[in-house]
Amino acid sequence: MVSIVAKVSKEDLEMVAVLSRLEVPEQDKEKHLRQLDSFLQYVDNLSTVNTDTVEPLAHVLPIHNVFREDEVRPSLDRELALSNAPLKEDGYFKVPKILED
Amino acid sequence: MRLYNKSAHELHDLLVKKEISSVELTKDVLARLDETENNIQAYIDVTRETALQEAEKADKNIAAGEAISYFEGIPGAIKDNICTKGVKTTCASRMLENFVPPYNATVMEKLQTERPVILGKANMDEFAMGGSTENSAFHPTHNPWNADCVPGGSSGGSAAAVAAGSAIWALGSDTGGSIRQPASFCGVVGMKPTYGRVSRYGLVAFASSLDQIGPLTRDVTDCAHLLQAIAGNDKYDSTSSASEVPDYTKSLVEDVKGLKIGIPKEFFVKGMDAEVETAVRDAIRKLESLGANVQEISLPHTEYAISVYYLIAPAEAATNLERYDGVSYGARVDGVDVVDMMTKTRSEKFGEEVKRRILIGNYALSAGYYDAYYLKALKVRRLIKEDYDKAFGQVDVIVTPTAPTPAYKIGEMSNDPLKMYLQDIYTVPLNLAGLPGISLPCGYSGQKLPIGLQIIGKPLDEATVLRTAYTYEQSQSFHKEMAEVKA
Repeated sequence: MVSIVAKVSKEDLEMVAVLSRLEVPEQDKEKHLRQLDSFLQYVDNLSTVNTDTVEPLAHVLPIHNVFREDEVRPSLDRELALSNAPLKEDGYFKVPKILED
Repeated sequence: MRLYNKSAHELHDLLVKKEISSVELTKDVLARLDETENNIQAYIDVTRETALQEAEKADKNIAAGEAISYFEGIPGAIKDNICTKGVKTTCASRMLENFVPPYNATVMEKLQTERPVILGKANMDEFAMGGSTENSAFHPTHNPWNADCVPGGSSGGSAAAVAAGSAIWALGSDTGGSIRQPASFCGVVGMKPTYGRVSRYGLVAFASSLDQIGPLTRDVTDCAHLLQAIAGNDKYDSTSSASEVPDYTKSLVEDVKGLKIGIPKEFFVKGMDAEVETAVRDAIRKLESLGANVQEISLPHTEYAISVYYLIAPAEAATNLERYDGVSYGARVDGVDVVDMMTKTRSEKFGEEVKRRILIGNYALSAGYYDAYYLKALKVRRLIKEDYDKAFGQVDVIVTPTAPTPAYKIGEMSNDPLKMYLQDIYTVPLNLAGLPGISLPCGYSGQKLPIGLQIIGKPLDEATVLRTAYTYEQSQSFHKEMAEVKA
């Protein structure tokens, strides 16, 4: 098995931060790169394991979809559902404008 | 008479005999909380008034001659990632600082039928990410045995409260050892049930294929009863097991005759803490002297468990925590547009460790790295599970240390995330394989810090784990010692 560990580039880190919707301040980038590098070096021990014939295991239980009848049943009251919203208006969650005029 | 230092079964007996009232008990535990909380800081929120109301209600039921359930009127703490209707559930995060759940977690609904007294919400590592409770956005919790040390984590508040006497019992959650390791560090009993044994509905999700809620208690008897109270199938959690919940009190018998115990050679390696090794080997010899058959077994993929866990758990966490977008609940920081609002909200309101794990998780899941990291981890996860399947073909339970060392000093590991991750070597395999495990005290270090023994069982065989733990517990008195917390 070939080691897949590569030094994480600053661009990689910035790409992942965008995907994560997280800002990584310029002064913290070096620290993050160092920590990510040492982490990836550690987990590279997996590359020594032969898994050519091994199926991935995402879940210990034999997971299958659970269906139920599509029936009307009581649900959370609207006010209650909105009670933790940072911004709301007229019974809706309020978000910054997404579409241009 | 002080009551905070008794187990729930002792207190239940006193309540049944009407020698004490729940109000008296609750006031005593609250007094203990006031004595210790300054130094220990086990709680995020103490719900004093409702606790006393619940105690009064319990006393009325008892006076009316109604059947008294096991935890009726007995005060306990709930980890702050378990949703409590109308009571703030913060996950020790600024993100959920003001979140008031409009519903109860299923475990809370189940517990309510026992009419316990809820003292409040226990501190934890933010979003359950950590092993020391130093990652709480609010304050660290201190170890009742030595306030300079961590209580373990992430259920550090729950474990510390039970150890200090500021709760008789507690609920925690365990994704990679977050019940068992703090139980070990604080000298209490903690159990992670089989994946699916307890409903996760209303548990704030960290890593959904690994998370389980479980009990933290003074002894194995209370642990069995608390597990009984919360276990079972739930229509709101499609991963909860439909298999019948056995009567765990039947496990409270001293009997390990002929029980086959496996000792994994990969868990006892050169360089392990000498005091931990001595205490655990003594416990194994004790079980052998009580009639168990002890044999060495091999779990050859143990050395990969940390890598597998720290790829899978952050990957699931990165996905689960996408929901914190500043819209439907949780904090929000304004921005120039919607993406800026989300980015600012998440950057300001998540703590360092949470952000670190989101970055690791999304890196492992991102195009170009998915196969090498995430998929590879899932494959090795299967090999780890197969190690255990094979081992359980030969033995009934597996006995190991819970943690490689006793509690360490606050601040000792916080600058080295990888070093902290390596501490989880004995606990994460159970989550990856979905197995039940208990930690119970098996000795103390020279510095008088507790050492934990971990007993691992077959899937859904909590009964044998509890029986083994009970038998060992009854053969010594480590569990009867309580930390002397200075006021």
